[in-house]
Amino acid sequence: MQKSYYDPADLKKFGKISEWNQELGDKFFEYYGKVFEEGALTAREKSLIALAVSHTEQCPYCIDAYTKDTLQRGVTKEEMMEAIHVGAAIKSGATLVHGVQMMNKVNKLDG
Amino acid sequence: MALKSLHKRESDLANSKRQLEILSNGIFQNGELPTFKNKIAETNQFPLKAKKLEILQINVGYMCNQVCDHCHVDAGPDRKEIMTKTTMTQCLEVIKNTGAHTLDLTGGAPEMNPNFRWFVEEAAKAGIKDFIVRSNLTIIRANKKYYDLPEFFKKHNIHVVSSMPHWTRGKTDKQRGDGVFDKSIKALQDLNAIGYGMPESGLKLDLVYNPSGAFLPGDQMAMEKDFKKALKEDFNIQFHNLFAITNLPISRFLDYLIASENYEDYMYSLVEAYNPAAVKNVMCTNTLSISWDGHLYDCDFNQMLNLPVNSKAKHISKFNEELLEGREIVISQHCYGCTAGAGSSCQGSVA
Repeated sequence: MQKSYYDPADLKKFGKISEWNQELGDKFFEYYGKVFEEGALTAREKSLIALAVSHTEQCPYCIDAYTKDTLQRGVTKEEMMEAIHVGAAIKSGATLVHGVQMMNKVNKLDG
Repeated sequence: MALKSLHKRESDLANSKRQLEILSNGIFQNGELPTFKNKIAETNQFPLKAKKLEILQINVGYMCNQVCDHCHVDAGPDRKEIMTKTTMTQCLEVIKNTGAHTLDLTGGAPEMNPNFRWFVEEAAKAGIKDFIVRSNLTIIRANKKYYDLPEFFKKHNIHVVSSMPHWTRGKTDKQRGDGVFDKSIKALQDLNAIGYGMPESGLKLDLVYNPSGAFLPGDQMAMEKDFKKALKEDFNIQFHNLFAITNLPISRFLDYLIASENYEDYMYSLVEAYNPAAVKNVMCTNTLSISWDGHLYDCDFNQMLNLPVNSKAKHISKFNEELLEGREIVISQHCYGCTAGAGSSCQGSVA
């Protein structure tokens, strides 16, 4: 029996998702490829965004892939760490900003 | 950072046969990954044949003032293999008669060969038009006797190609040794000061980028843009082109891949990135590599793996352009390094 929910080797099999639904799989990978092309943002900037989002999504496959991708694009570890702090700040900010909702409720019920 | 060559450390991997065994066993033996031969056969590109000779790449010695982590030559101050004047004279005889238009001098640090300048001057007289010197840059600042190298390069209109793994100090020194970044920057400024690398200048200065770890190089043009912006902004340095070169899994880089448990993943990355279009332009099809002792190889990598040309003419003394043209290129799994992504050669991407 598989001992872990995640297997690093599964990342290489990502393309296989198309086997069970070719049309949607193809559309997804075409879209995915297009998103990461050089555009108004450079491919390097997009890779850094993807690295930050990989962390906020806590996706081990994505972290694996975009750590390598950013390294390949000459991104330094200082830039990588700053990018994931941006993600972490938004995550924690998103938690804390709900504190206003809590405060509103307290003020209504017990103000 | 390695302080001694694999040879000096008497490492198992100093033996090229051992390297070739590793490259043929394991994942390539059990069929998990296709051999390079089988892969190029899929697109009817086997056997790979040499075309017309255009570039003579001469390795004038393995001695170097640096001991870079990923050096495929296993070069360093402890390497004593140096091309003699006798072998250089044999090379000059070939240069006089060959149709090759470019002479590409490499090492080690080619400038450390005591007859380097004499050889360049004689080769110029022998009719070589395009000179390339693969300079590690720090040699220019290593000793007073080398301070005038930029002027020497300029006098002979030598095309300077220099390694620069990153535009930041940390990543450069990690790969090439402490202090290398600062010395390289100073050397680049010296070269710029006499016209090398300037936008309209005919004095060509190109940089070579190869990754600092177990990953492939990114897009050459995008990397060039980032290098140019950073070096101009930070140090007012200019250069012409950036060549993105893939690290081939041999010698010290192979040692690093195995020690860091990245070997299999790296080979998977190379095979996954295989690009049949890059095979057409691999440098071994128009280049001949000559070792310090005059032996002939399809490329500098085959030289380090002790894989001589598949021809009766195996030494510079037996050089025969007709015999060498159309020879079958000697291949192994390291060749995947030259066919990954946009391809890789001493002139950068090929596809």
